[in-house]
Amino acid sequence: MLNQLLHPVIGWMSPSWQYLVVNTLWVLVILLPLVIAVAYLTYFERKVIGYMQVRIGPNRVGPKGLFQPFADVFKLLFKEIITPNVANKFIFYLAPVLILVASFVAWAVIPFDKGWVLANINAGLLYVLAIGAAGVYGVILAGWASNSKYALLGGMRSAAHKVAYELAMGFALVGVLMAARSLNLSEIVEHQSGNVLTWYWLPLLPMFVVYFISGVAETNRAPFDISEGESEIVAGFHVEYSGITFALFMLAEYASMILISALTALLFLGGWLSPFQGTSLESIFGFVPGIFWFFIKIAILLFLFLWFRATFPRYRYDQIMRLGWKVFIPVTIVWIFVEGVLVYFKVGPWFS
Amino acid sequence: MTLYQFLFYVFASSAVISAIRVVTVKNPVHAALFLVLTFFTTSLTWILMEAEFLGIVLLLVYVGAVMVLFLFVVMMLDINLAPLREGFVRNLPVGVFVALVMVIELGLIVGSHAFGLANYPAPTAAAAGTSNTLALGSVLYTEYVYPFEIAAFILLVSIVSAIALAHRKREGVLYQNIDQQVKVNRDDRIRMVKMVSSTPVVSETGDGKSNSSGEKRRD
Repeated sequence: MLNQLLHPVIGWMSPSWQYLVVNTLWVLVILLPLVIAVAYLTYFERKVIGYMQVRIGPNRVGPKGLFQPFADVFKLLFKEIITPNVANKFIFYLAPVLILVASFVAWAVIPFDKGWVLANINAGLLYVLAIGAAGVYGVILAGWASNSKYALLGGMRSAAHKVAYELAMGFALVGVLMAARSLNLSEIVEHQSGNVLTWYWLPLLPMFVVYFISGVAETNRAPFDISEGESEIVAGFHVEYSGITFALFMLAEYASMILISALTALLFLGGWLSPFQGTSLESIFGFVPGIFWFFIKIAILLFLFLWFRATFPRYRYDQIMRLGWKVFIPVTIVWIFVEGVLVYFKVGPWFS
Repeated sequence: MTLYQFLFYVFASSAVISAIRVVTVKNPVHAALFLVLTFFTTSLTWILMEAEFLGIVLLLVYVGAVMVLFLFVVMMLDINLAPLREGFVRNLPVGVFVALVMVIELGLIVGSHAFGLANYPAPTAAAAGTSNTLALGSVLYTEYVYPFEIAAFILLVSIVSAIALAHRKREGVLYQNIDQQVKVNRDDRIRMVKMVSSTPVVSETGDGKSNSSGEKRRD
């Protein structure tokens, strides 16, 4: 589509360079709405948590405070960036960029609807896992390069707990892989097709729970936000960052929240599949595009993120480690064995 | 130059340069980061050669897990660099000799006579829809199942032995037993004591004002 539109402009290039230009534009088509979504997720978060705590939340900038995210962004843009004298300058500025890159590039393989995917690669699930694993570098390097004790402590905590929860996440994904027999995200969604009960949340219920909770831990959100831990280590790894560098950390955090929600929706909640599939309502809602259902599922999961934050007190560090290593990993391993048996005997309707 | 060649030269040259920087750079954290870059660019060249699964697994295992722990250790240790570089000149001849021997040995094994372009014509591109993962998996669990299982077993033994070697029981360390904490009952912690709710002082004069709470003794 974009290819034909742009043909008069880029027609003179060789096909592979055309491919590059067109795909770069597609990247913008995905990322610009994502950035806007991040801006309004912050607004949504402040409103939701405000109402949960019987407050109003932001309501001064624009009607109902709707322009608050832009006010925040411009404030951070124009603030002075302070570099600590003893910081390792190059890595200090590299760290927020690395974190942001990791939370953006994973979107390349996310299918928004049937066939609406930038890179339909076979090993999509592995790719997502690998990119998520690379995301920890930003946090560690930010902690180290700041040359501050609090920042270093935050970076260390983050490194340790991310490695722990990545394992649990990986095992949960193995469960999905076994059920769908594919690493391609579009095929995983197609394989769940049927009705609400054939989506993988039911046959892989322990995996679903473990994956989502590990996702909350991976994104450093409450109640797992020990790498920031305001009450213990000031602001953790980004204590020395100000202005736009701080904004990049926030942008990356919220973008990866949306990413984790999108992945959970794809892997366990049927992605773009309609929740009315296989019922009499299916034809009535037939006109609704699949991307709408996908966004609804993402929004519900994002609400859970905010709900957790408003509800649970922060975990203690040793309790986080215990939960990751001694509860989640054994649960996922046991369920992989159970699932192996179910797959072997072709227990329907999921594994037949 | 096609896009493919352009990408290959970018990735390959940055892999070589960052590999050299790993051993020449002074700061150990920078060295670890260059090693990460080397792994990353290597995995990209693998992906260019249609080995997506191996490329991504390299990224996942080495960049995502091994190097994180590596960096973790390097950052924690405050390495004093001066003693590390002592005797550089004294040990240089030995180092150069060993390096030369290794280069010659490698050349003998993987030189152009064995792996030259004549011996290895360009492979035909895999058909669209070929699943790398499926191909590897089906070979790994059929033809190579014994080597694979043995490797897995050796890894398991090494994990167990590493834990056994590093594990030490320390005396006098306080820690919480979470199972006990969870199993605790209300009755283990709280004892209800029956007490009289209040015992006002009744003054001898009996004017009633000293009984500030205005209550009468019930007993």
